[in-house]
Amino acid sequence: MTVASPTAPQEAGIRTDTAAARRALRNQRIAEVLSAWSLAGPALVLLVVLFFLPVLSVFAIALTDWQFGASTLSFVGLANFREVVADQGFRASLANTLLYVVIVVPGTIVLGLAIALLIESGKSCRAFYRAIHFLPFMATLTAMAIAWEALLHPTIGLVNQTLAGLGLPSANWLRDENTVLPILAMIGIWQNLGYAMVLFLAGLKAIPQDFYDAADIDGADLWFDRLRTVTLPMLGPVAMFVFIVVALKAFETFDTVQVLTQGGPGHASEMLLYTLYRESFEYLRTGYGASVAVVFLFIVVALTLVQARVMDKRVHYQ
Amino acid sequence: MKSQIYQGSMTGSKSGIRFERIGKSFGATSVLRQVSLNIADGEFLTLLGPSGCGKSTLLRILAGLEVQTGGSVAIGDRLVDGVRPKKRDVAMVFQSYALYPHMTVQENMSVPLRMRRLSPWQRLPLLGRFLPGTKATAAEIELDVMRTAKALGIGHLLARKPGQLSGGQRQRVAVGRAMVRKPAVFLMDEPLSNLDAKLRVQMRAEIKELHQRLGVTFVYVTHDQSEAMTMSDRVAVMLDGELLQVAPPQEIYADPDDRRAAEFIGSPKINMLDGKLRDGALVDVAGTTFAVAADAAHGTGLTLGIRPEAFHLVDAGGLNVLTGAVRLVEHMGSDLFVHLNVPGMDQPVVARLLAERAPHIAPGQTLHLGVKPDRLLMFAADGRRLRGGDQSDAKVLRMKERVQ
Amino acid sequence: MSISATHGLGSPAAITRHAILLITGAVILVPFVWMISLSIKPPGEIFRASFSFWPEHFFGIENYTRALTEAPLPQYMLNGVIVCGLIVVAQVAVCAPAAYALAKLDFPGKNLMFALVLVALILPHEVLSLPLFILGYQIGILNTYAALIFPYVVSPFGIFLFRQFFKTIPDDVVHAARLDGLSELAIVWRIMVPMSLPAIIAFGIFSVVGHWNSLFWPLIAVRDQSLMPPPLGIMAFKNEEAGNDYGPLMAASTVVVAPLIIAFIAAQRWFVEGLTAGSTK
Repeated sequence: MTVASPTAPQEAGIRTDTAAARRALRNQRIAEVLSAWSLAGPALVLLVVLFFLPVLSVFAIALTDWQFGASTLSFVGLANFREVVADQGFRASLANTLLYVVIVVPGTIVLGLAIALLIESGKSCRAFYRAIHFLPFMATLTAMAIAWEALLHPTIGLVNQTLAGLGLPSANWLRDENTVLPILAMIGIWQNLGYAMVLFLAGLKAIPQDFYDAADIDGADLWFDRLRTVTLPMLGPVAMFVFIVVALKAFETFDTVQVLTQGGPGHASEMLLYTLYRESFEYLRTGYGASVAVVFLFIVVALTLVQARVMDKRVHYQ
Repeated sequence: MKSQIYQGSMTGSKSGIRFERIGKSFGATSVLRQVSLNIADGEFLTLLGPSGCGKSTLLRILAGLEVQTGGSVAIGDRLVDGVRPKKRDVAMVFQSYALYPHMTVQENMSVPLRMRRLSPWQRLPLLGRFLPGTKATAAEIELDVMRTAKALGIGHLLARKPGQLSGGQRQRVAVGRAMVRKPAVFLMDEPLSNLDAKLRVQMRAEIKELHQRLGVTFVYVTHDQSEAMTMSDRVAVMLDGELLQVAPPQEIYADPDDRRAAEFIGSPKINMLDGKLRDGALVDVAGTTFAVAADAAHGTGLTLGIRPEAFHLVDAGGLNVLTGAVRLVEHMGSDLFVHLNVPGMDQPVVARLLAERAPHIAPGQTLHLGVKPDRLLMFAADGRRLRGGDQSDAKVLRMKERVQ
Repeated sequence: MSISATHGLGSPAAITRHAILLITGAVILVPFVWMISLSIKPPGEIFRASFSFWPEHFFGIENYTRALTEAPLPQYMLNGVIVCGLIVVAQVAVCAPAAYALAKLDFPGKNLMFALVLVALILPHEVLSLPLFILGYQIGILNTYAALIFPYVVSPFGIFLFRQFFKTIPDDVVHAARLDGLSELAIVWRIMVPMSLPAIIAFGIFSVVGHWNSLFWPLIAVRDQSLMPPPLGIMAFKNEEAGNDYGPLMAASTVVVAPLIIAFIAAQRWFVEGLTAGSTK
């Protein structure tokens, strides 16, 4: 049990403060930094070239009247944005996107949560039910959109055949401006509810059994009391998170519009990303397309920042 | 009126507990085997055992959180098998406290009262508060919560959420949530194990005091023997799903029924010396002879248990004296732990000596440790305690003569 | 919990649970079932005003043969495999060393770089499509495999995910490897990546599923049928050749959807993990 004397290191024979030693230390540090940058460098260069320069140029292009392929361009300030805002087509597109999101997000969350609760309420066949409900999220949406088109076909589609069989009125779902957007939203819910379900299942698993035991002892043993006292409040942060993630996915809807409706009839099913695509790459109105991209970017970034704040809060929750 | 209900549970016999041949198995593994135990009304009983011994399962069966595979449980005069936890009049403090993180302390403590005193309709969000009687009951609940919180010294924390409380404060809130509805039985599942050592000692005293103040039955689960020894009226030692012994702490320590119980309790651990019985009154252990009183046949193998503090220093070897070389000395302040290598034994013997009586003990030195015959505990090969018939001084003297 | 868990299969609550989940599950599966059903029916039965899952006259061979021969469907699938494979390999090759540097090394500019990764994580890729299209045009790679791949060779999400995972590996492991004489790059490939295999696999699934299913960028980047990945190819097939010829079209859709679905069913846990790992994005 001898304790080393505190002066011992100084008595050691190596002197560390010579110039050579200092130089060696500096060289070693430089070598370390170089090797770190040689690992991180490629990724950084690619990030700049493939993410940051493009996003800056989107802003720049949005301020010009450039058309792809034209050899001249001039600075037009915010003229593109003024045009975008005044454009009936864009207004319809924005309104459609918002309506779509307003249908898809609550629909996906409510159904996803309900199915997750049902699956978790029993022990049998959990993996089976989870797999079935998750399938649409995996499947190639372009291909599934074609299947939906067949289902919704005005004469040979299963939907109308079923409605007719029940004596109910049928419709040309994808060609009627009153039904096209709700139908796209329904496909959106169909595709995303499995994703919400899986996130909710993970959230449910993370609730410690102790809380349910405490609720039992406290007398909250009816299912709605348990739901209110433990399950829903404990899922609150997850639900907020699902909300943002699903909203982002809904805002980024493109495939179904492109395959099923091309924004029609009229502008009835036009959505932001489709407008962005068509203006930029079909009409080659590059400056205009860039302004749409900027608007879209602002919406998505705003949502993501809300998400970041929510996630921050979640960390502090416990 | 509240205090009358409370008086009732204090004086009536309604909170005694009776476990009868409780069995519990998960698939092929059986966690509890035929456990029978009676707990008196108002008693503080501790279930003590290492993790996985089934003590928590027994507690959860009592709470109604788990269903036993066999046997029955009664609280007071009532069989509670199949009765929901809510209807059992038990409250529980969890190891993790299980405070609802989204509720304030006030709301947390209100939950058990709201669930009992308000109807499902009155508990509806938004609408419920407009139903007749909700307001009055809610005010009553608030008052009760306030009273309990004050009694526990957490009145100033009512508006906070669990995340903003220290460990000790959370522990008090968890106790408060259990206490507020004045249950007949308090269940505690390792309630102190998430606290630091200093706070644990303090909360130990507080819980003991709480028990004395409330006078209701406490069933307390722990793996910590010092908690069990300091707080309990009786301790039930459990191992591998069986009760080894149920007795007051001092008795478990001094007069254990089972080798495993003896080994589980006491620090440093009890010394176990294997030996053979000779002439029904002498045990030979690694060259030393101990005089005992045992009703067993000549040549029976048995184990002598000697608590470290049962040793005292003597000048020379002889009957009931172990001799060996000091291997290690641990200074504990008032005490010394001396580890002694005794020739012929694989384990060193540990003795706890008063520091003032044993100065200058150093490794390598030869020591003679004597034991009084009444401090020798004998265990049969199957772990059962062997108790001698009469152990009068006369008999011991007679044996001494025979040896010399 | 324990109370409800003690209910057997036969209790009313359990029966209700199974009934509801079977119904919702069936509804979810309708498009899949319809797709497969049409893919094995002759035109005459498809256009009949009554329905049954199984056709009177099995026409699957004809439909699938037409799907595989009339459109270059095998070529689309091969393109998908090549593009997804190269993307995921490039992503891991670029992201793992960077993530290691961010997680375990100390160098000036580290915090700035991590901040850039986080910002890039927020940017929706579609917004970048216009400048990336121009960039591809300028360097003359539009309408090649390179055009399909280059925007994705670095993944901010990959860097972020790997960094989080690498951080959980104790520093002592890195120190021990250095003492054993491994170079920093060798530490990345021989120590960090093998120890983070779950994260790598999760990311790989996330990446492959995303790019296999993606339509937006391929639509912009390539015009040649011989370069199209499956979603774009099947869209072209629908627009140009099949039109209302549902049998072969549904057969083609089934072929495109099948690989991921089969892989998903075979490795459900991994897929769920990989795709929800993406949710931290």
